[in-house]
Amino acid sequence: MSEQSHTAAFDGSERQLTDRIYQWLITGFALCIPILLVIISLEIGRAGWPTFREQGAWFLFQSTWDPNNGEYGVLPAIFGTIVSSLLALLLATPLALGVAVFLSEFAPPWLRTPVAFLVDLLAAIPSVIYGLWGIYFLLPLLREYVAPAIRGIPLVGDLPIFAGPAYGNSLLAAVLILTIMILPYISAVSREVLLAVPRSQREAALALGATRWETIRDAVVPYAKSGIIGGVILGLGRAIGETMAVTMLIGNVAQIRASLFAPAYTMAALIANEFNEATGDHLSALMAVGAALFVITIIVNAIARWLVWRVSRGNAA
Amino acid sequence: MIATTGMPSGTRPEPPRPGHRTPDVSGQQRTAAERTVRTLRRRRIVNRIMVGVMYAAALLAIIPLLLILTHLVREGASSLSIAFFTQPPAPVGEPGGGMANAIVGTLILVATASAIGLPVGIGAGLYLAERKETKLALITRFLSDVLNGLPSIVMGIFAWQFIVRPMGSFSAISAGVALGAMMIPLVTRSTEEMIRLVPASLREAALALGYSRARTSLAIVLRTALPGIVTGALVAVARIAGETAPLLFTAFGSQFWSLALDRPIDALPLRIFYYATSPYPEWRALAWAGALVLIGIVLVISLGARYVTGARRGFGAD
Repeated sequence: MSEQSHTAAFDGSERQLTDRIYQWLITGFALCIPILLVIISLEIGRAGWPTFREQGAWFLFQSTWDPNNGEYGVLPAIFGTIVSSLLALLLATPLALGVAVFLSEFAPPWLRTPVAFLVDLLAAIPSVIYGLWGIYFLLPLLREYVAPAIRGIPLVGDLPIFAGPAYGNSLLAAVLILTIMILPYISAVSREVLLAVPRSQREAALALGATRWETIRDAVVPYAKSGIIGGVILGLGRAIGETMAVTMLIGNVAQIRASLFAPAYTMAALIANEFNEATGDHLSALMAVGAALFVITIIVNAIARWLVWRVSRGNAA
Repeated sequence: MIATTGMPSGTRPEPPRPGHRTPDVSGQQRTAAERTVRTLRRRRIVNRIMVGVMYAAALLAIIPLLLILTHLVREGASSLSIAFFTQPPAPVGEPGGGMANAIVGTLILVATASAIGLPVGIGAGLYLAERKETKLALITRFLSDVLNGLPSIVMGIFAWQFIVRPMGSFSAISAGVALGAMMIPLVTRSTEEMIRLVPASLREAALALGYSRARTSLAIVLRTALPGIVTGALVAVARIAGETAPLLFTAFGSQFWSLALDRPIDALPLRIFYYATSPYPEWRALAWAGALVLIGIVLVISLGARYVTGARRGFGAD
C-alpha cells in the first residue's frame, strides 16, 4: 500500500514506453505493405531486366513467340489478354448491372438476401474449379452444340470471327468463363454504389411522374455512374490477371486469329505454362511479361479505385 | 432498406382516361391528351419490360453457379472414398489413391500464410484506423489496394524469384509467403473498417479511466471489433485456400507425404489442376472429388465467417 504513490510515479514513464512501443509496432506493420510492394517490383523488374535491356519495350510488339529459336514476341499473348478481357467485360457488364439494379431497387426483401448470397458465392469458387468445370462442361458444349449452331445461321456463320475448326479450347471458352468469374465483382461494387445514391434522388424523379425504370435510368444510374465504371474496371483488372481457368480453356497457342473458335494465349497463361521449364533468356522474357502484367493491373486498378472513391466521397458528376 | 417499393403507384399521376374528358375541349387539346395517354401507356410497358429484364439478369447470373455446383456434386460424390482422405496419390496406372497429402498440405500452407498475413494485416489495419490522415496511412491504404489487385500469378513468380531461386528448391515456405502476402491487403482493409465502426466514446471512456493508449487500443477497441476482424480473416483464408497460380512455382506439388516447410508440398488446388489436365480417366475422377472437397472447405470457412458476425458480408468480392 505504501508503494502506491511510488508505482504511480513509475507508471507514467512505463506507460509512455508501452505506448511508444505500441506505436512503433503498428507503424512497422503498416510499413510492411509499401516495403513488400517495393520488393516485389524490384525482384520482378530485376529478373525481367535482361529482356528489357536487349529488346526494349519492342518485345511487347513482336508477334512470334518461339522460345526454341530465341524469339520472344509477346504480342499474341497481349492480344489474347486484351480481347478475352474486353469481350468478357462486354458480356458481364450488362448482366452484372442488371443484377445490381435488381438487388438494390426491385428485389423483394425475401428474394434479396438469397440472390445476393448466390451471386457472392460465384466469387468464392476457386479459379481451378471454374477451369475443371469448363473443361468437362463448357468445352464439349461449345464443340458439339454452340459451334454447329452458329455455323448453321446463314451469313453470320460465315463471318471470320467464327471461322476455322472448333475444338472447344478457344478464345470464346476463355471469354465465357471470365464473364462468369468477373460478374460478381462488378455487381458487388455496382450494388454498393447504387445503395449509396441518396433516397431524395429517387423520390424526386418519382414525384415528377417517372416510372421506376425511368427513375433508375435518369436519376439513379447517372448519379452512380463513375462508381459503376469503377466497378467495371475492377472487373477488368480481375480478368486481365486471371490465370488458372483461362490456362485450362484457352488452348495456349501463341497466335493472333480473328476467329473466336481459335485457340489463343494470355500473358498470365503464358507464365503459368512455361515458367517451370524456362531458363536463361526464356525465363527473363517470362519475368518481363510478368512485369508488364504487374504494371497494367496497377494502372487499371488505380483508375478503378479513384472512380469508386470519387462516388463514395459524394462529388460524382 | 430504401422504401421505394410502395411509392411509384402512389406518387405517379393517374393517366387521364378518355371517358373522363370534359366534352368542351378543342380538337387540338384532344389530340394532345391522346398523345399523352399513348406515351404513358408506352412508358408503362417499357417499365414492365425493363423490370422483367432485371429479373432475368438475376436469374441468368445464378444459372452458371447452379450448373457448376450440381456438376461438382454429381461427379465428385461418385469418386469420393475413404481412401481419398487417407492415402496419397497412387502411381500412374495403379487404381485407388487419394489426396490426403494434398489436404494436409493445403492446411499447412494456409497456416503459414495466416502466420504472416494476420499479424501484419491486423497491425496495419490498426495503424490505418488510428492514424487516418498521416502520409504513411494514405500511401499504405492506396498500396494495399494495389496489392489486392495484383494478379496471383505475379505473386507466384515474385515468390519464386525471392525465395525459391536463392534457396535452390521449391518449398512450402515460399508458397506460404506468396499466399500470406495476398492475405495482407484483405485483412488490413477489413480490420480498418471494423475498428472504425467502434464508437469513439468507447475509446474516450477508457482513456478517461486512465488506460494507456496501447491498452485502450488492444483491450478495448480491438476486442470490441474482434468478431468483425475474425470474419475478415476467415474471408481472406477462404480466398487464398483455393488459390492455384501462386503455388505452381513455389509449392510445386508432391506425390508424397511431407510436412517440411523447406521442401515441395502438395496442395488441393494444385493436385486438382494436375489431375484435371491429365489424360487418365481415374485421375480426372479424382480431380472432381478434390474439387468437391475444396469447395466444401471454402464454403465452410465462408459460412463460418458469416456466422461469427451475423453480418451480410460478401466472400471477398469487394
